[in-house]
Amino acid sequence: MPRLSYRRALTRALGDELARDDAVFLLGEDVQVGASLVTTGLAKRFGTERVRDTPLSEQAFTSFATGAALAGLRPVIEFQIPSLLFLVFEQIVNHAHKFPLMTGGQCRVPVTYLVPGSGSRTGWAGQHSDHPYSLFAHVGVVTVVPATPADAYGLLVTAIRHDDPVVVFAPAGAMDVRDDVDDLAPVPLGRGRIHRFGEDVTVVAIGHLVHDALAVAEELADQVSVEVFDPRTLYPFDIDGLTESVARTGRLVVFDDGNRSCGMAAEIIASVVERVRLLAPPRRVTRPDGAVLPFAPALDRAVQPGRDQLATAIHLTVKDGP
Amino acid sequence: MTDADPVRLYRTVRLIRRFEERAVELVHGGQIVGGIHPYLGQEGIAAGVCAALDADDVLAGTHRGHGHVLARGADPARMLAELCGRVTGLNAGRGGSMHAADLSIGVLGANAIVGASGAIITGAVWAHRRRGRDTVGVSFFGDGAVNEGMLLEAFNLAALWRVPVLFVCENNGYATTMPVAGAVAGSIAGRAAAFDIPAVQVDGQDPETVRVAARAAVDRMRAGGGPELIEARTYRFDVHHTFEHAVRLDDYRPPDEVSRGRARDPVRIQGERLTDTDRAAVDAEVEATLDEAVRFALNSPEPDPADALTYLYASGLAARTGGG
Repeated sequence: MPRLSYRRALTRALGDELARDDAVFLLGEDVQVGASLVTTGLAKRFGTERVRDTPLSEQAFTSFATGAALAGLRPVIEFQIPSLLFLVFEQIVNHAHKFPLMTGGQCRVPVTYLVPGSGSRTGWAGQHSDHPYSLFAHVGVVTVVPATPADAYGLLVTAIRHDDPVVVFAPAGAMDVRDDVDDLAPVPLGRGRIHRFGEDVTVVAIGHLVHDALAVAEELADQVSVEVFDPRTLYPFDIDGLTESVARTGRLVVFDDGNRSCGMAAEIIASVVERVRLLAPPRRVTRPDGAVLPFAPALDRAVQPGRDQLATAIHLTVKDGP
Repeated sequence: MTDADPVRLYRTVRLIRRFEERAVELVHGGQIVGGIHPYLGQEGIAAGVCAALDADDVLAGTHRGHGHVLARGADPARMLAELCGRVTGLNAGRGGSMHAADLSIGVLGANAIVGASGAIITGAVWAHRRRGRDTVGVSFFGDGAVNEGMLLEAFNLAALWRVPVLFVCENNGYATTMPVAGAVAGSIAGRAAAFDIPAVQVDGQDPETVRVAARAAVDRMRAGGGPELIEARTYRFDVHHTFEHAVRLDDYRPPDEVSRGRARDPVRIQGERLTDTDRAAVDAEVEATLDEAVRFALNSPEPDPADALTYLYASGLAARTGGG
């Protein structure tokens, strides 16, 4: 079986869609050279008209993409840094996302916002290490955070073909994951995936944390049977799939690389407890409230949700129950 | 060119003028909720610019956007229905005054975020041209927008990639209540010059002057030129927003300035170029059109609250509802 890295899976998805559909084009900063190592080779293959380097004008090129989408194209924007999403939040939310409703269904805005290297990159400090996926879920922009190479390929392809804006977070912590992949295929939005079946507790893990959750589940295997649920899409969220899992295990822990207050973990827990009577109070392992990642590596790690914290949360929720 | 037809130009400014006056009445009568930003006094700009456009061209406007939509040729009845929040409106009652759009005629929408239209139009024009069309675009904005970074970024992008966008600054002297002198360092034309964008200042109160400037710019752009800027000096005859009819703000415009400004009326200026007979015929035709528009709007059904989020997603994605 061929081995594929997460990063190359993104490259292949971009290449396949550029080849398949002439309406697709790519724009962003340093994409022709491929500074993110994701767009490598695409400018040579598809030309600099369709793989466009932009000046450092994030707000303008984000709205440029909105205009191009209104005119029938399918732009993909690469943002080098997750924090740039704060700068273009207005352009995505107030324009791209709102146009279909505000025009009474006269248009569609199929833009993909790809963020390779979201979350901590270790040592990139306060302004390069955010993971603001919950903001997009909150405003109702389709938000995906693939964990594996196959899902990175499949969800990016789906995002590009989707008729509404989609933000694709590709966590730095997952970029070097390699996997055996047989056949690559589009992955539907809003469909979670159970990576490991278990009986005692469901752990919802987002993005690169799926791999940490699987490691913790393996470590604890002789004490507790952990099910690892990967939502893959945060908005729309596969609440039916998760409800089915939690209805079996009766316990829920959410492992989320976002800030605690108003984060995805809070939303996931609320959505589950509206539907399922749990055996024990649910728990969440997240970044702290208002987290700013400090520079020094030990501090950077201290602010990110960690495996030890997850193991503790799993033990506590199992102990709390009957 | 047919766009030099003075009767046609008069008809457009007269239509916008009377549309806005009728709309203000409907605001006062409670049939239009949320108020409007009347385009009164600025009609010559939208009329002059849109007279120079072809069918494949696109434009986007501002919160003071009725004039742009009407001058481009949107149906006044459906436009008024939109302002009244009816299902028959251009946007099926989902957009209202500040978001009126008619993509079938290249109106990508009034846009209520100041300075937002420049980059959107740049992208749309670039995309149409990539698909082999001869499209040019117009981005309308007010003097307040020239201090928005997003618009200046759009100037740079359009100039850099030679995207034929006509940037039209409607300089009515005030960003809401802030006078240009209190807000703009340097000049508006100077901002264009910084990006090597050709710029002209024109008398925005004369529709024909605006049309001639727009025609020249559009011709140069269609012949392969990059973006251009027109600064149209104008005056807003009425309030920034109709809330000022109910809540009196301190005089931020000196009364003698207002009377001087109102003395230069684009509808009168263009009307004087017609014979009395022609002018009376146009006035009657416009009145009949608007009588019918008001009837149509007020007799149209209101949207069903059950459909409040229809159109939220073009993909058909269903959002969870907010109830318990």
